[in-house]
Amino acid sequence: MTRIRIATTSLAGCFGCHMSLLDMDERLVSILEKAEFDRSPFTDIKHCGSCDIGLVEGGICNEENVHVLREFRKNCKILIAVGACAINGGVPALRNSFQLRACLEEVYLHGEGVENPQIPNDAELPLLLDKVYPIHEVVQVDFYLPGCPPSADQFFRMFNDLISGNEFSLPRKLLHFD
Amino acid sequence: MMKTDNRQDQAARNTITIDGQEIPFQHGQTIIDAALEAGIYIPHLCHRSGLSPHGSCRLCMVDIVDRKETLGDSDRRREGKIQEETRSRSVAACTMPATAGQWIRNNTPELNEARKVITQMLFTEGNHICPSCEHSGNCTLQAVAYYLGMLDGHFPPFFPRRDLDASHPTVMLDRDRCILCELCVRASREADGKNMFAIAGRGTRARLIVNSASGMLADSDIEMHDLAVHVCPVGAILIKEQGYRVPIGQRTFDLHQVEEIDLGKTIPPEMGQK
Repeated sequence: MTRIRIATTSLAGCFGCHMSLLDMDERLVSILEKAEFDRSPFTDIKHCGSCDIGLVEGGICNEENVHVLREFRKNCKILIAVGACAINGGVPALRNSFQLRACLEEVYLHGEGVENPQIPNDAELPLLLDKVYPIHEVVQVDFYLPGCPPSADQFFRMFNDLISGNEFSLPRKLLHFD
Repeated sequence: MMKTDNRQDQAARNTITIDGQEIPFQHGQTIIDAALEAGIYIPHLCHRSGLSPHGSCRLCMVDIVDRKETLGDSDRRREGKIQEETRSRSVAACTMPATAGQWIRNNTPELNEARKVITQMLFTEGNHICPSCEHSGNCTLQAVAYYLGMLDGHFPPFFPRRDLDASHPTVMLDRDRCILCELCVRASREADGKNMFAIAGRGTRARLIVNSASGMLADSDIEMHDLAVHVCPVGAILIKEQGYRVPIGQRTFDLHQVEEIDLGKTIPPEMGQK
């Protein structure tokens, strides 16, 4: 039996959604009987192959996020925005109230305890976007799994629905934005 | 529940019918007040029984169905010989007075879908970052979104830049979350007798302003026990030094669904009352 391939990534997020996914504990075993991970922090595979499901944690805050997200959209049949940040920018989007330059100056020039103050400009560093955006501003998203983070029960429910080919639905008691 | 077939009988009884359930009303009462009193939930954010109606959030839109053709035709209708409904018009249940014999649709997939889109617009117009908001779990906007099964904001977020007023020793105003429902405006005028707030500007420039010489809360007469402070359905008006006293996960809408809770009951009895 071919197993369903799942790719996951964390963009402008905190990896909390990934931690919550792992919180499924022994239920992961039953999922992994039917599914396997492609590109993901769990596997350390660097690029996404052809996948059935892509889970994206975090919003879009820099150009690298945009490239990764587009790679996911290109390779995943179903793309799911996981967690508050992917859905509406979340906590990182709190910087949207300020100009990007003001944020950089606050952190790297005027921050407390900063020595040799300078704004980093190494060519290896991805350029920051003016704001933090939800992922549906860049690619089409098929499903949304809200929560900060979504609970292990929510992940389990979602995987079960998708693996068994059912339409994904969240009961109200599992729906929360915090 | 009384069974009803004839609107003339209903008129004589001073009742309205919501989703097939016949309920009584008092003369002068709005549809939403009659419904809430009868235990029927109509989603709402800018309404609060006892304050004058505002009709701004549009979540309480219901359909009033014109059933003229079915009057006195109960037998023929049962036999399927005539159409159940003819035309309907949408009205805000918080401003429309209940009138004897009204036949109202409330909890329908179409209305709830429209309400969900309105809620998504409210979320995308402001900065509603639930995980960073002290009011999360006690927020009626959030609870209504849960009720309507909202999973995402759908629209491109505005990310507006709005002023925060933390000048007052006990009350704080975070306009990021204000949905311009004017509950605080009306509560201050009608219950507190203070006239502390107003809405200035129009469209996307509309904002909550404070009635004081400097425009800041610190120079106003607001007090933490004012109803205006407690009536806010979102986390725009907060009381200082009480943050996270009740942990996330144990808050009103973590434990209850919005339809179980009348807004007034979410205010702790020791607060919001003088």
